[in-house]
Amino acid sequence: MNGPQDLGGRMGFGPVAPESGEPLFHAPWEARALGITLACGALGHWNLDESRHARETLGPAVYYSSSYYEIWTRALIVLLQRHGLVSAGELAAGQAESAPPHPKRLTADRVPGVLARGTPYDRPLTAPPRFAPGDRVRTRNAHPRGHTRLPTYLAGHLGVIESDHGGFVLPDSNAHGLGEAPGRLYTVVFDGVEVWGHDGEPGLTISADLWEGYLENA
Amino acid sequence: MPHDHHDHDHDNHLEPMDARVRALETILTRKGLVDPAAIDTIIDTYAHRVGPQNGAAVVARAWTDPAFAEWLARDATAAVASMGYCGRQGEHVQAVFNTPQQHNVIVCTLCSCYPWSLLGLPPVWYKSPAYRSRVVIEPRAVLAEFGLVLPAGQAVRVWDSTAEMRYLVVPMRPAGTDGWAPEALAALVTRESMVGTGLARAASGVPA
Repeated sequence: MNGPQDLGGRMGFGPVAPESGEPLFHAPWEARALGITLACGALGHWNLDESRHARETLGPAVYYSSSYYEIWTRALIVLLQRHGLVSAGELAAGQAESAPPHPKRLTADRVPGVLARGTPYDRPLTAPPRFAPGDRVRTRNAHPRGHTRLPTYLAGHLGVIESDHGGFVLPDSNAHGLGEAPGRLYTVVFDGVEVWGHDGEPGLTISADLWEGYLENA
Repeated sequence: MPHDHHDHDHDNHLEPMDARVRALETILTRKGLVDPAAIDTIIDTYAHRVGPQNGAAVVARAWTDPAFAEWLARDATAAVASMGYCGRQGEHVQAVFNTPQQHNVIVCTLCSCYPWSLLGLPPVWYKSPAYRSRVVIEPRAVLAEFGLVLPAGQAVRVWDSTAEMRYLVVPMRPAGTDGWAPEALAALVTRESMVGTGLARAASGVPA
């Protein structure tokens, strides 16, 4: 979906303003928000793609007026309710009845192993690659209503395959509980003039990692 | 940079968010969904164990060990795992090497994908709409806001992290560092230099 998260090339957001000596967290609640987001993810009720889609569907006004950890927290609350783990009544009351631990509750002793393992997203494929490095491709002029990782600014443009990463879980399917549907992932390189005409900086190239289903022969 | 930037409007939300997150953690703990001690351990991991010092050690080794640099270029996931750097938001890694001909910059226009296993948690600017929107159309203008002005003849390649590949920029080794030990070199490798919004510090310690 070309929601508020789909930011490539959008204008009007002002200067970047990096903060020198930036602290890891700007308030203690940000650290707790990080921790509870990761700990709830470990319960296994949703995947990373569903999490991203929950963030990008918060609505443009909320998305643009929230800090990143606020976006995470708001999306976590959506996910907890969607999956029946927390009710609106409990959230409104700020309290809940005591319950026994969830079978997959992340305990402190398991944290190092869980973080060190991560969640690999590569998957074996049997179908041969449709494209090879050096091939010219055109991205589909696609504007799906659901989750996708083809940014709008790169839709419908000519690029060149640079590398083939093999099979990866397809976010467009996985975000919606429709299975991993792995597809081949390529790094595709675009000339800045192809993407932006002459409104981009000269000499610019852009690459993105795009699934085979996003691409057509050119 | 001064603290009058518009993003600091978010400070207005701090108190309500503090209450909201506290209440949420209370509910989740009561319901047996989270263990506060696990949350402490997660925070401690990113405060003390996983951060840009990891990526700096990789870059310094690549500068001093040609066989490692070749491995890093060919299979960064395996090369950095051999140094113990793996896991969440670093499951699939590619290293991109700056040259006098090409400077590399990393972004995630769609969210905030960042190589946590090598650089830790992303800074606010990396997640900001300003950076994510602009660096793919006017990277030199963005880099200038970091104090980085590239030579006109050096091309800019922007890598948009749209999938689960996580990118590490290997900056060019500063002049005058021949014979330096990897530990001393690592001190020159800033977080920004590994995202591409900066260069490695000069041998004098002043930003190059």
